Amino acid sequence: MTAVAPDTDHPVVEFQGVYKIYGEGDTEVRALDGVDMRIARGEFVAIMGSSGSGKSTAMNIIGCLDAPTRGQYLFRGVDVGSLDADQRALLRRHYVGFVFQGYNLLARTTALENVELPLVYRRVPARERHDRGMEALVAVGLADRADHTPAELSGGQQQRVAIARALVTNPSLLLADEPTGNLDSARKHEIMELLVRLNHERGITIAMVTHEPDMGVYVSRVVMFKDGRITDQGKPADVEYAGPISKRPLSARGQA
Amino acid sequence: MIRITLVMALRQIRRNTLRSFLTMLGIVIGVGAVIALVTIGEGATAKVTADIGKLGNNLLIVSPGGSRRSSGFSQANGFTKEDVDAIRRDVTGAEKVAPTVGRQALAVWGNRNWRTSVTGTTAEYLDVRAYEVTQGRPFSETEINAGQPLCILGASVKKELFADSPAVGESIRVDKLSCEVVGVLAAKGQSGMGQDQDDVVLLPLRAVQRRLVGSNDVSSIFVTAAENRSTTRIKEQIEDLLRERRQIAAGAEDDFNVRDMAEIAQTVTSATGALTALLGAIAAVSLLVGGIGIMNIMLVNVTERTREIGIRLAIGAMAREVLLQFLVEAVVLAMIGGLMGIGFGLAGSYAATRALGVPFVVDPKILIIAFLFSALVGVMFGYLPAHKAARLNPIEALRHE
Repeated sequence: MTAVAPDTDHPVVEFQGVYKIYGEGDTEVRALDGVDMRIARGEFVAIMGSSGSGKSTAMNIIGCLDAPTRGQYLFRGVDVGSLDADQRALLRRHYVGFVFQGYNLLARTTALENVELPLVYRRVPARERHDRGMEALVAVGLADRADHTPAELSGGQQQRVAIARALVTNPSLLLADEPTGNLDSARKHEIMELLVRLNHERGITIAMVTHEPDMGVYVSRVVMFKDGRITDQGKPADVEYAGPISKRPLSARGQA
Repeated sequence: MIRITLVMALRQIRRNTLRSFLTMLGIVIGVGAVIALVTIGEGATAKVTADIGKLGNNLLIVSPGGSRRSSGFSQANGFTKEDVDAIRRDVTGAEKVAPTVGRQALAVWGNRNWRTSVTGTTAEYLDVRAYEVTQGRPFSETEINAGQPLCILGASVKKELFADSPAVGESIRVDKLSCEVVGVLAAKGQSGMGQDQDDVVLLPLRAVQRRLVGSNDVSSIFVTAAENRSTTRIKEQIEDLLRERRQIAAGAEDDFNVRDMAEIAQTVTSATGALTALLGAIAAVSLLVGGIGIMNIMLVNVTERTREIGIRLAIGAMAREVLLQFLVEAVVLAMIGGLMGIGFGLAGSYAATRALGVPFVVDPKILIIAFLFSALVGVMFGYLPAHKAARLNPIEALRHE
């Protein structure tokens, strides 16, 4: 089964009046309330907002894990809303890499096996899987930890393994959901620098969801969400960070 | 994909060896029980068949009386010497024909006595019944024709009367007839029907007819078929011959019957076979219980590994691939359990057949069936948990703690 997608001339992500509505009538919740958004190839976009702003819902839709209730989401020019679950799985398999806040590596499975996992679903032969897995681990600087299980790795190392896993398929889009949320400040910056490097050197398009304004300085564009709508977007320096945590220095805050 | 799924399943099973073993324990016991019971049953059947075979699969027994016990004249006439001669002469394919007359009698030697069955017969009887004279000698032709008071003892009778002292040359009394022991038979053990075949005393036919029974009748005739001759054909010939000789009108019922040992063997074998099948079926129920055990643990497994399923779905696994993964895990568990069960079942039945003194007969068919059945149980009971895993929503699964 080949990929469902047509054209690469389209923006990677294009929201056209996207709504995501849970419940009905009085209990209706509009997680996304008419969002228009584009992410072009090679961009590194941070989607920001406090919890409940709709950024996670946007993330799930961007990652083809979910479909909009109304409006159109075009992923590389493909209308994701018209696809069934299997076709969305194929899109994720071929074009999306995921990095999560909680790392989400398979327990009791070596770093290399974790990195190889997406290639398993792509039917890549064992030998090539191994080579590409090692290459991805080299890219995140963990070649010497290939045989370690997640329990034997620090949080920062686990997140780098997760990034290697997202990277190994050369995705059109790397989606990072609070990638630095569980890390101390030194690790946060390491991870962000790694993502920036991947964006610059490999031209990988990255969409990152975060509620930490400090992370905004690394990206090329910030999109601010509030109450299911985009309130502001632009270069990090031009965007007003809302919310109580935004003005405090990173070091003064506790762990998320 | 199947291969990597298998590898993943084996890895998953190895990762938690104890739990995997406990999961498959039900299957192990179920398959083990089926194999053990069926193998023991087959061994018993083989023993019964062999015992009947010792009697001679090519043996026909002609005895007076209808095959159905009709009311009234139940006492049918015995056969005559002429009937025996006619069978010898006219039935093609009959190899040996041994007339017998028998009755229960008290054998006495010194102060010991033993109630046993006395058979008057000819030298051919030894061959027909596959008796072997271990001590002394068989009767000679002249002794038989003269009806001399000589006897050959079955192993049990020899033991009861003489214990360990030599019997050949001694004189014993059989009811009122005094006769000399000329030979002792090798032990044959119990027949398939549970009779002691060694509890016999053989005498020349005429000696029994004249001195013990007081009639010249022959009570039954043993006939063996020559090699490659159909017992059915011989049976038909004997029936036709005797109907004619005994002047039975067309349409009237026979007042004698000819039993074919092959038929009897078949009846007994099918009876023990049915018993074996029944035991196997009962054991198979425990296999189903084992399957429920697998389902139980696999359901727990799916819940525990919800996050893993979420990850797999997120990176592009399709629902049916997740289904396949969990299904393969369940089936592999069940098949490993099946193999272990076959091992235990064979070991157990080997020990049991040894203890029971029946042959250890392994039917490869039942091994294959048990193995396939365990795999089938894996599919049946693995499907529900696998389906549950495949239906998970990736977003919720990833959020699962």
